[in-house]
Amino acid sequence: MRRLCTSLLSLALLCLALHARAELTIEITQGVDNPTAIAVVPFAWNGPGVASDDVSQVIDGDLARSGQFAPVARTDMLSFPSTEGEVFYRDWRAINAEYLLVGRAALNAGQLRLDYELFDVLRQTRVYSGMQSGPASEARMLAHRVSDAIYEKLTGIPGAFATRLLYVSVSKLPNGKDYFRLTVADSDGARPIVLLDSPEPVLGPTWAPDGRHIAYVSFETGRPAIYRQELATGQREQLTNFKGLNGAPAFSPDGNSLAMVLSKDGSPDIYVMDLASRRIRRLTRHYAIDTEPVWMPDGNSILFTSDRGGRPQIYRYDLRAGTEERVTYDGTYNARARIAQDGRNLVMVHQREGDFHIALKDLQTGRLQILTSTELDESPSIAPNGSMVLYATKDAGRGILAAVSVDGGVKFRLPAREGEVREPAWSPYMNR
Amino acid sequence: MKHLPFAGKAVALLFSAALLVACSGSDTQDEEAAAQAEAAAAAQRAAEQAEAAAAEAQRLQRAVDAVGNVFYFEFDSSTLTPDALGALDSHIALLSRSNNNVRLEGHADERGTREYNMALGERRANSVRDYMVANGIASYRIEVVSYGEERPAAIGTGESSWAQNRRVELK
Repeated sequence: MRRLCTSLLSLALLCLALHARAELTIEITQGVDNPTAIAVVPFAWNGPGVASDDVSQVIDGDLARSGQFAPVARTDMLSFPSTEGEVFYRDWRAINAEYLLVGRAALNAGQLRLDYELFDVLRQTRVYSGMQSGPASEARMLAHRVSDAIYEKLTGIPGAFATRLLYVSVSKLPNGKDYFRLTVADSDGARPIVLLDSPEPVLGPTWAPDGRHIAYVSFETGRPAIYRQELATGQREQLTNFKGLNGAPAFSPDGNSLAMVLSKDGSPDIYVMDLASRRIRRLTRHYAIDTEPVWMPDGNSILFTSDRGGRPQIYRYDLRAGTEERVTYDGTYNARARIAQDGRNLVMVHQREGDFHIALKDLQTGRLQILTSTELDESPSIAPNGSMVLYATKDAGRGILAAVSVDGGVKFRLPAREGEVREPAWSPYMNR
Repeated sequence: MKHLPFAGKAVALLFSAALLVACSGSDTQDEEAAAQAEAAAAAQRAAEQAEAAAAEAQRLQRAVDAVGNVFYFEFDSSTLTPDALGALDSHIALLSRSNNNVRLEGHADERGTREYNMALGERRANSVRDYMVANGIASYRIEVVSYGEERPAAIGTGESSWAQNRRVELK
């Protein structure tokens, strides 16, 4: 009987593993009013056989997902140039393309090289050209870097396509129990890699600023503990094993410290661990709930959630002065802050009329803007370029990921093909 | 005896021994019979006590089975309801007669953020723990673990599901 159970479990896990191949799908639900029409021509292939990855399709998808571009369908294209000499502007004016991207992909000794050129169709000029190269196995990431460059050229904001996402997915086993997986995928949901799978809850995944390490909470021992893991090797270490809560890990901007919530001294308070010495310093001392720490980009203070005023609100702990001040006064529930790199745009979970939305608070003007309209929105995470907020929500009772631009104008959803997804964490910029 | 010479000490010891023998030899058989009767009575009393204790334990166990091992809470609250207090009293009565350890697992509904709910689950489990400790259960016998909203008892959105998920489970 035990052997049968083990076989059934293995079979179930195999099914989960197969499903993990293409976990997230992307549905763009709202773009800007007048998106820029851009034609991304399939790149010419210079290598043996056919290209294993369609790099121009990856670029097309990136630009469409930004909501600011309307890529031209391939079937509408009248010609397929790959160099400036092959470009006939009338072909592109005829189909109302404002910009045109052409390029060439060459494979040499396992290295892929992408050369590309961007043209302004109306002004009939080449406005940009560039090159990306790297291992052929990283073809999709090279394509995302081309997208980053094009996006920056046309919008003035650096792209954040060559980044990755962490998320937790939950599936039901045949016995009805939940099964948890921590996954890392490209920013478009492609190439998911399962980092940890467990029958016990996994939560709070977060990135180290180097983009190579992560931290998370796992209940695999029957109690919560914080772990740090290296993505490339899968090597991991258990950082905490305290009585009570061990949660909400958050790396400092310099990567040397980890803020966390522990309740070992009675009630949940904010602590900081020096990662080299493992020494722990207690920051807050209040009998209320203090949780969800996040560092300000300058590393000088930590935002956290506290219900010391009766209901959860965002507070700020000044690491140099040792003082605490309340940051939010908007309504009765503001929690789990995340802050953009500019230190100005704060996103958080905000309750209004019983529903939980993602809201953006401008710390300079104090203005609050509610970005989402669904009921159970949580776990906001800001793209490293500050343009989009990824968050978790429910769709017909099922957990999905969704994204909204910081001005609320662009929205897309990333539902899983199977099961539920939650707790997205957008990576910092990856080392290039 | 401190100042007696050695011979004097020996004489005193012998005298004491003779006295002891004389006393114990008064009526050995009667004493044995009495001791046996006493032992039998004690055994019977013990058996009766054990039977009564077993019956009491069974009654307490039935009481605990009847109230269940899950205690429910209001939204964003860790205050024990009258129902929960009554149920807990049954558990405390049973626990105070054993050395069993208990594990209190705190839970929250899906509304609000996950880490805040983790803290809320712990606060609920701590309310149960504090009540047990106040009523005589040693704190070292009680382990508290919060699962926040990660282990819902009822799936679905709406107060009927949420009410079932705001709970502490005694294990």
